[in-house]
Amino acid sequence: MSITLDEVRHVARLARLELDEAELLAFQGELNSLLGRCQELQSIDVGELSPRTHAVALTNVLADDTPTQGLDQSLALRGAAVTRAGLFVVPTIIEE
Amino acid sequence: MGSGYEASVGMEVHVELATKTKMFCRCPTGFGGEPNTRVCPVCLGHPGTLPVPNREAVEMVVKTALALNCQVPTDSVFHRKNYFYPDLPKGYQVSQYGETNPIGYHGWLEIRPKGREPKRVKIRRVHLEEDTGKLIHTAEGGSGVDYNRAGVPLMEIVTDFPPDITDPEEAKEYLVQLRLLLLYLGVTDGKMEEGSLRCEPNISVRPLGAATYGTKTELKNLNSFKSVQLGIEYEVGRQIQALERGEAVLQETRGWNESTLISYPMRTKETESDYRYFACPDLAPMRFTAETVERVREDLPESPRARFDRYRRDLGLSDYDAGVLTSEIEWAEFFESALGQGVDPKLLCNWLTGDTARMLNESGLAIRDSQLTPSHLADLVRMIESGEINSKVAKEVLEEAFKSGAMPSETVRSQGLAQISDDGFIVEEVARVIAENPGPSEQFRSGKEQVIGFLVGQVMKATQGRANPAKVQEEMRRQLG
Ligand SMILES: [Zn+2]
Repeated sequence: MSITLDEVRHVARLARLELDEAELLAFQGELNSLLGRCQELQSIDVGELSPRTHAVALTNVLADDTPTQGLDQSLALRGAAVTRAGLFVVPTIIEE
Repeated sequence: MGSGYEASVGMEVHVELATKTKMFCRCPTGFGGEPNTRVCPVCLGHPGTLPVPNREAVEMVVKTALALNCQVPTDSVFHRKNYFYPDLPKGYQVSQYGETNPIGYHGWLEIRPKGREPKRVKIRRVHLEEDTGKLIHTAEGGSGVDYNRAGVPLMEIVTDFPPDITDPEEAKEYLVQLRLLLLYLGVTDGKMEEGSLRCEPNISVRPLGAATYGTKTELKNLNSFKSVQLGIEYEVGRQIQALERGEAVLQETRGWNESTLISYPMRTKETESDYRYFACPDLAPMRFTAETVERVREDLPESPRARFDRYRRDLGLSDYDAGVLTSEIEWAEFFESALGQGVDPKLLCNWLTGDTARMLNESGLAIRDSQLTPSHLADLVRMIESGEINSKVAKEVLEEAFKSGAMPSETVRSQGLAQISDDGFIVEEVARVIAENPGPSEQFRSGKEQVIGFLVGQVMKATQGRANPAKVQEEMRRQLG
């Protein structure tokens, strides 16, 4: 399994990363080497095991529906670059 | 349609669950208020935080799944749906992926559009996810983000493919019935105008009898039942026109403009594989044992449909009355509660859908905002049943209850309005009226039947309407006979 340059470009776009050609090539190499490592797992015989989504044997870790105090507005906004009237401000999202 | 085309409509409905706290943190839920005041490191997506699912939300979805005749899987996990948008602080939305992984799958809801045969609409899945924040466009430039809504438990209910719904009327009926069921279950407040219930239909048309379905468009920004129906009607018409002109229908998401009544193309974000769904490692899988599922099933409240049937069958109410009393949750609860106080169902129904409805209508009040309680109506009906008051007095004390909240029996006692059924008193009054009205009395004796109305009226007048009119008439006939 190997990843094409177009796939790297596509994944970069989904991650909102702007990469130049040199960076794309570099990431292609690194991602391919990661995929190669994953490929090694294919050699392990897992015939006896049933598929599972989690490594820990926990189920139904749930909490009661009881409210607790969250953050003050000023504290919630403290890490934001731009704020206005209690809102986080981000570059305009174009949507009709 | 009448144009050689048929439509197919799939419905995707998002429901904000009526929990006190969010899905994965214990921030309170709510509508409106100061922005970013119901937030914490978990729902703001700060690094190093761990989400814990809301037990109540999970139970509400199991309940809904069962009420929609769905299968509930033994194992169900949460997935991450990855995309970047400022209203999504973590860079992913926790949701549920897969055919048989959602808390409910493969069920159905029966709808009965007016004047048509009942129809089962197949449900593909009922799953649990979290809501996003809200983007607010600011005049100064830039978009403001409020995360109060981010992480509120959101249930998604999706109909199956191929679609059972084939026109806008059925789509609206599906939504009406689904919302009513959810209100009976108590899992949401169902307020479309506040976004607690959001509907995104997908619509396609194809020539009648065509083997394959047409390309579908998804419609957003429908904020009322009316918009849902109008939006689908418009979209069906637009697609037919495109096909008639020999143009292709594009697969796209379109928005509904409520003032121009026109749909317009919206930018779409990603295709499904771009969401890179994977099981959320931070959230332990859910397991539903057969016992848990059965316990929830046993606790399911009566459905609107079952209650309608019961009112007709056991209480002998008409289709119309049963419909009125079950199709609005406030009325249904009010009637049930008053009925529980052991009064005659038919009388109760009449006083509720008659004078009570009229007063509410005139005042523009919803029943829950008025001073009337089920006890007021039960109290009133009990006095009518026992003959303690006649319907004229009943009207007056009901109005008094509506105005001041006074208990009807209290008004009757304090104002001395109880009906006079005392025989001796009625005999005296009738004799007095005959003596004072020799002319009419003579006319009656000579066969002019209708004069009895005048004579009885004189007795009623003298007693301010409190005499038992049936008894007065009987006595009048005896004395004149
Ligand atoms: Zn929170």
